[in-house]
This record gives sequence, C-alpha cells and structure tokens, in this order.
Amino acid sequence: MSKIHELDCSNLLCPMPVIKTQNALKELALGDILEVTCTDPGTLSDIPTWCRINQQEVTETKEQERTIIFTIKKTAD
Amino acid sequence: MTQANSVKKSTTAPQKQRKAVALISGGLDSLLAAKVIQEQGIHVEGINFYTGFCVEGHTHAIRKKDKDKQKRNNSLWVAEQLGIKLHIIDISEEYKDIVLNPKHGYGANLNPCLDCKIFMVNQAQAWAWAEENGFDFIITGEVIGQRPKSQRKETMPIIARESGADDRLLRPLCAKNLMPTLPEREGWVDREQLYGFSGRSRKPQFELAKQFGFEDFAQPAGGCCFLTDANYSAKLADLWDARGERRYELDDIMLLKVGRHIRPKANFKLIVSREEGENNFLTGYKKQFTSIHTVSHGGPLTLLDGSFDKDDIKLAAQIVARYSGGKGAESVTVQVENYNGTSYVMDVPPMAAHEVKEEWHV
Repeated sequence: MSKIHELDCSNLLCPMPVIKTQNALKELALGDILEVTCTDPGTLSDIPTWCRINQQEVTETKEQERTIIFTIKKTAD
Repeated sequence: MTQANSVKKSTTAPQKQRKAVALISGGLDSLLAAKVIQEQGIHVEGINFYTGFCVEGHTHAIRKKDKDKQKRNNSLWVAEQLGIKLHIIDISEEYKDIVLNPKHGYGANLNPCLDCKIFMVNQAQAWAWAEENGFDFIITGEVIGQRPKSQRKETMPIIARESGADDRLLRPLCAKNLMPTLPEREGWVDREQLYGFSGRSRKPQFELAKQFGFEDFAQPAGGCCFLTDANYSAKLADLWDARGERRYELDDIMLLKVGRHIRPKANFKLIVSREEGENNFLTGYKKQFTSIHTVSHGGPLTLLDGSFDKDDIKLAAQIVARYSGGKGAESVTVQVENYNGTSYVMDVPPMAAHEVKEEWHV
C-alpha cells in the first residue's frame, strides 16, 4: 500500500523546491506518493526535469492561481 | 603471441565499472568534461551545489516582466543532455563561512573570490559525496588559464590536494597539461583521449561541443555568483553595516535580489516591490516583517527591515505613497500590518520625488 506524503515549498525559489523534493523522495519507499506544493513558476520546468533525469514519475501537475501542486510517484531509488 | 594475448584476455576478470561524479555548473565546460569521460565508458553522475548566491533563475522567477524569458535550470538541462542523474546539494550554510570569513581577502566587489576557494570547497564537498556514495573519482570542467585566479596551472594541484580528492580529481579538458591522475595511471580512462586546452579562448570548447552535437548551451557572463555584482554587493555591505555585524540568513540574500531598497535612516530600510511578481514574492514574507501597502490607490507592497518607531513608520508610509498611484494626491491611505497580524490604517502626504534622497537608495 503506497503512502501519500506532503511537502510544502511555498515561497521557496528554485532550486530549493527541487532540492527539498529530491531529499524528501530519498526517505520514501518505492511506490510512495509525494505531493509538493510550490509557488515559484520555475518549478513548472525544474521539478519535471529533475524527475525525468532521476527516473521519478510526475503523475499530475495542478495549477491553482499562484500555487502549483505536483504529484510525484517514487519509481526509482 | 596473439594466442597468448587472447588467452590472457579470456581469463582476466571483467573490469570493475568505474564511477565518476561530475561537478555540473550548467555551463559548457562541465558539460563537455562529463561527456568526454562518459564516452570512455565510465558511469557518470552529476552533482550541483546551491550556495544561495546563484543568479540562475531567481530574479527571473520573481519578476513578472521576465516571465517570458527562458527559465530553465542549466544544470538540470546539462544533466538531461548527458542522460545522467543530477544530485543538487544545498551548501548555503557551509558557504556562509566563505562569504563571512575574509581570511583570503575579497576580490572585486564582495566576491570572496579567491574564486579558487569556492572551487576548493565545491570540490571538497563533491569528493566527500563521491566517497560516501561509492564513486571512484571526480571530474571538473576547469581549463588552465581560463580564470585568472582559480584556474592557473600552479594552483590546480593545490586545489586538488586541499579538497581532499588529490589525484582522484580529473580535469578532462586540460588533463594533458597536468600530471597524470590516478584514473589515468590506473587505466580507468585513456589519457590520450583527454584534452590539453588552455587559455581564455573558448574556440576549442565550441569545436568540441559541435563534435558532440551540443547546441543551445548556456554561456553565463561573469560566472553565476550574485556576489560578483556590484549593486548586489553594495546591498549586502549595507545590510552588514546596519546590523553592525557580518551575518546573513538565506531569506536576507533572497530579499536583496528583490525590489528597491531604500534606507532613509540607519535603523531601518524599506524593500519596495517594483511590479506584480515582486509583490507576490514579498507577500510571502508578511509574517516575518512589518509591511505597508496602499489602500486608497494602487501601489507597491513594502517590507520594513530593521527597528523603527511610529515616526519612522510614518516616514516609510510617505515613501511608499510616493511610489503609488497616488503620488500626485494630497493624501494617500496606507495599511500598516505587523508581522503578528495586527494592522492599522493611516493617511499620509506622499513624499515629493526630490525628497527621496539619492543616497537613501541602497
């Protein structure tokens, strides 16, 4: 059963949201889900790119006004 | 002879897959250095350091008018081009030691340069990470003579030694001008396929990039450090003066990148947003700072940094009014909001343009 974890990166500028996402994923089990909340529009490019090169999967990206929420599934160690 | 060789080959245990960590800055040199080693069958992963002072992205991310500009993170882009993993490490705390400890003196502006000091720390961090994660050596894109201070032939062995990596630090782009390192001596990499670049000309790098088919790579001018920027350095020096000590938090260095900084009195300054993007960014700091925004007219969000009394707040409000849509009005209504959430409203006459003194602008 995969667990859902949350990470708040509001008001952080890139690359801090990427670093925090990277570090949070390290602590999760394969298959777990991480929901990352960001406000820096730069994350729209940086978080998916980081996930691509590190073989992690962004399953959903939601934009609500100033907030961006990424749903990431841990697919690699 | 031929038979002996083939027999020897067949009985030799398969060579261990060697692993290298490449310091990825996001520029062309580190891209090429990593590619050269990758081409030799070495498993390469990238490492990138976040100091808090990196120019990349931040101001573009904040300012709405820059939104259309390309905002890609170059180190991520480089890693994707190479098809390698990238580990981004936050060294902003460790980096404070370099910035705050002027043991080696400062170069131009506040950059504690000895550029090489930064290189050394980065390489030491990279080597520590490499050892911890089972990598055999580290790679950098340094080229002899490219940077006047750090990338000199005489300093390169010193940097390698002091970083702790010693001869497990390989610089593929200028390796042929240096003594063979462990990966070369052990035959993990073929020295003949490394390069002997030197000097400030970028032509050899451009040619190599073409050979590898790399296009659209970043070419940052003057490095990626905010500390080399004269305006930014002046703001940091002002902050230290005002506080009476050399100290900073990550939030301080973020805020130095945003808005107009106006110091009408030694005890406090205003950070006045210049446009909507900065407004949004400063909004995130309202729980840490007293803020002022205009109510009767459109205007910028302003944070007050320092210590201030009622008269100071009135003075600040008049300056804020000066930058609002009501600058020509007799009176502008502003709301003063304390970081604890309490707030009050006041009417002030906007300051005239000539009253906002030149020397107040940090």
